[in-house]
Amino acid sequence: MAMGANKKPAENVKLDRQDPEKVKARLLAKYPPKVARKRAKQIVINKVEPDGKVPVINSNVRTVPGLMGQRGCCYAGCKGVVLGPTRDIINITHGPIGCGYYSWLTRRNQTDPDSTADGHNFMTYCFSTDMQDEEIIFGGEKKLKQAIQEAYDNFKPKAIAVFSTCPVGLIGDDVHAVCREMKAKLGINVFGFSCEGYKGVSQSAGHHIANNGIFKHVVGLDDTIKDGKYRINLLGEYNIGGDAFEIERLFERCGITLVSSYSGNSSIDAFANSHTADLNLIMCHRSINYVAEMMETKFGVPWVKVNFIGAAATAKSLRKIAQYFDEKELTERVEAVIAEEMPAVEAACAEVRPRTEGKRAMLFVGGSRAHHYQELFAELGMKTLSAGYEFGHRDDYEGRKVLPDIKVDADSRNIEELEITPDPERYNPRISDAQKVALEAKGLQFSAYDGMMPEMPEGTMVIDDLSQYETDQLIRIFKPDIFCAGIKEKYTVQKHGIPLKQLHSYDYGGPYAGFKGAVNFYREIDRMVSSRVWQYMRAPWQEHPELSATYAWE
Amino acid sequence: MKSARKTETYTATQNACNLCAPLGAALVFKGIANSVPLLHGSQGCSTYIRRYMISHFKEPMDIACSNFGEKTAIFGGGANIKLALDNIRRQYHPDLVGIATTCLSETIGDDVPMFIKAYRDANPDEDLPALVHVATPSYQGTHMQGFHGAVRALVETLAEATSRNERPAVNLFPGMVSPADLRHLKTILADFDLAGNLVPDYSDTLNGPLWTEYHRIPPGGTPVAALRATGGAAASIECGLVLADEPKTAGTWLQERFDVPLHRLGLPIGIGQSDRLFQVLSKISGKPVPEKYTARRGRLLDALVDGHKHLNGVKVALFGEEDLVAGLAGFCGEVGLVPVLCATGGGKGRFAQAVHKVVPERYHDQMQVMEDVDFVTIEKALEAIDVDLLIGHSKGFTMSRRLQRPLIRVGFPVHDRVDGSRLLHVGYRGAQQLFDRIANTVIEEKQKKNAVGYTYY
Repeated sequence: MAMGANKKPAENVKLDRQDPEKVKARLLAKYPPKVARKRAKQIVINKVEPDGKVPVINSNVRTVPGLMGQRGCCYAGCKGVVLGPTRDIINITHGPIGCGYYSWLTRRNQTDPDSTADGHNFMTYCFSTDMQDEEIIFGGEKKLKQAIQEAYDNFKPKAIAVFSTCPVGLIGDDVHAVCREMKAKLGINVFGFSCEGYKGVSQSAGHHIANNGIFKHVVGLDDTIKDGKYRINLLGEYNIGGDAFEIERLFERCGITLVSSYSGNSSIDAFANSHTADLNLIMCHRSINYVAEMMETKFGVPWVKVNFIGAAATAKSLRKIAQYFDEKELTERVEAVIAEEMPAVEAACAEVRPRTEGKRAMLFVGGSRAHHYQELFAELGMKTLSAGYEFGHRDDYEGRKVLPDIKVDADSRNIEELEITPDPERYNPRISDAQKVALEAKGLQFSAYDGMMPEMPEGTMVIDDLSQYETDQLIRIFKPDIFCAGIKEKYTVQKHGIPLKQLHSYDYGGPYAGFKGAVNFYREIDRMVSSRVWQYMRAPWQEHPELSATYAWE
Repeated sequence: MKSARKTETYTATQNACNLCAPLGAALVFKGIANSVPLLHGSQGCSTYIRRYMISHFKEPMDIACSNFGEKTAIFGGGANIKLALDNIRRQYHPDLVGIATTCLSETIGDDVPMFIKAYRDANPDEDLPALVHVATPSYQGTHMQGFHGAVRALVETLAEATSRNERPAVNLFPGMVSPADLRHLKTILADFDLAGNLVPDYSDTLNGPLWTEYHRIPPGGTPVAALRATGGAAASIECGLVLADEPKTAGTWLQERFDVPLHRLGLPIGIGQSDRLFQVLSKISGKPVPEKYTARRGRLLDALVDGHKHLNGVKVALFGEEDLVAGLAGFCGEVGLVPVLCATGGGKGRFAQAVHKVVPERYHDQMQVMEDVDFVTIEKALEAIDVDLLIGHSKGFTMSRRLQRPLIRVGFPVHDRVDGSRLLHVGYRGAQQLFDRIANTVIEEKQKKNAVGYTYY
């Protein structure tokens, strides 16, 4: 590939022997002109200027009707992604049965109920008001109250949350009033989310609404400063496949105290207490940056971006924490842990690398994973040809420096922005401005995320909100060795003889975070790209010589 | 006879035992050749339904949607349907687009038939795909409503009084069965030398091989021509004991509109219900039942006699779709299993009657039949009665774990085993497989608990 050969004019940059501009034209060829014009702004050939500037990519815009996309809805982002992993809140879906059913333990968030005293775990339950005709016509508030009462009577939970589905907003049920009333009646925390599916353009709107709700109703309720040194929150880590467990293991080894996690392996008590931490670490910037920003404004807790996907990235992230707390004890401990953990990682990598070296990957997933997982592929000597987010915004692609330039469209304007001011009593900047400047001089960036594109080579294709049609085209053109997306894309891609790794549910495997996770991932990718099954796709008597050159395994 | 309804215990639904109506409709449209289902509503519906069906079928699952936004929710989805149809046609060149509504478009009262008419009027010269609409608000009924509604919508929209084929044709509406079941039914039709209009037929579209050439839409499915031909068939067969009393179905439409005689049977699960199917097919085709089926039936009975000692008196709980459970209950009665609990999230008020019709009367007072129930209600009922085995879909796992009773997976969804598509329930072969799986599970339990470690059973 010509990516390393800088200074060449863009038209000469080849991507895996293809001209990316021509590939882009092919992706757009079948669309009506208006659709093609819209998609053209979401398909970008990457180019990183010396000052780190990258091309503008249109993102967080509505998917065109009839294009088969990857995205879910606002409800999915709120109930499924952000609050789903918390085990001890009873989540009630207010709506007809489908939405609750399809989000019933569907994501593989793991949790450890024994780590809270009451052992509550409601994740295996699916509560729904199961609205019928009658409620659509006469309103569902009465049934919702009853549902909250029943959930309370049966389980005596610490908190109940209510999630609105499409019809709720249309018929005008006031879920917030119902929640206030039941909170007063039951004496436990009851709060609602107006996360109707039609709001926003993707699950991203739901993340924002969830962030607002937790911040408004839960964060700051418990001011107890609990024991422990180097007290941090881990934000935007959802414990898919046990990722959070692996990260917790590393924190424990390093002597870092995890106050709360948003929201893998989490408990509502920890959210209530999370503002007492001294540093916020952000994993998935897209889904959780709002809480971090609000916590900094109101309570003075700064945040830094981390990434525990990839062994080198894990080491780097641990060092960032040490750098922030700036104490010899922690720095030495972190270095010792890295030194102890790395040999096993390096050995595993060396073992598989002869089989993975030079192989080509594509990643289209989420709002951070398409970025983070490029680290692991790089460690395997694999190239990322193309990547994109399902629901990312421009800042996730181009970095937070573009935030002031992002135009807020009608879809985003409807998502509430909370007015946050410093708490008169509890605002306590954890480090002084002078300390911040000093740390920044040493390379520790606060409130910063550079995005995915600056780290991708020139000529690679960055595609936002990839459609099924474009997926098919990319596969036919590039025949990558592995494709990373979700379950909806998995079986279509694999029909073509190309393995697909699910980066939402991990194909129910994992963990892939931290050092042990890296080893798991190396082995998994080795299994997938070295599999011999594809060579049997055609029986010996099936002869299609003109097609036989078109498959990745040949 | 005992029966319970959810309303007597809880208002809310906890751990539902049914899915939503658009899912059933989408599944039917996936079983039509070269077709694309289109959900009219917000994108979450199609994403969730695609995601959910894939976890069972493990196959490509393209389901388009009209992507409602906040503005659409206020001003209506006419423009969205038009744009969606334009884009689907360009990308897929389908023969049929099956449009199912969602809670959102139904609540705002979108007039989809009018949108379709406007679309046709706006494209008078073009060779448009068949456009079929079914109303599927999920606040009315379950996924089975959506399923049967879509089957009816297909024939209502497309059936014509075409002349009969050279071979007598039969319309077979099998209900919501597995790809393996559909494949088996097709073989049976062929063995009677009948041209079958099997609606729907997702045996290939949702259980296909790896592709050695590129396909936009997976091959297979009921051809649109076969849907048109349903009006000229010699007879219709509709499967499902609860469905059998439904006043408006695909079968009743064809009977009323085109005088196609209708045979309403149960799902052909077990000996008695399979016998009825074979008898009806023999009558329609004018041919005797092929010898291989008589032989297979004989071998099945031989196996039942041999294994009766394992199953007789074993108490089972059945749960899932109303017609599947009723079919399984009939089978249980035939092999000595006592269906102490029959439960469904649907039912339509006719479930108990359907179940009692096929289970021997001597079991009736040991049976609890529950319709419109969720898993919390089912589990509560099971805590009070003695049960040895659970037979149902994957969502019963949590209950099976708590009750410490094995779960034999049947029907839909099966997302914690690898063979959801390959499970065979119908015909003598399906009965044989069910019998073998159940008997082996009983033996395995006995063997595990035995202190000595015997190996003869």
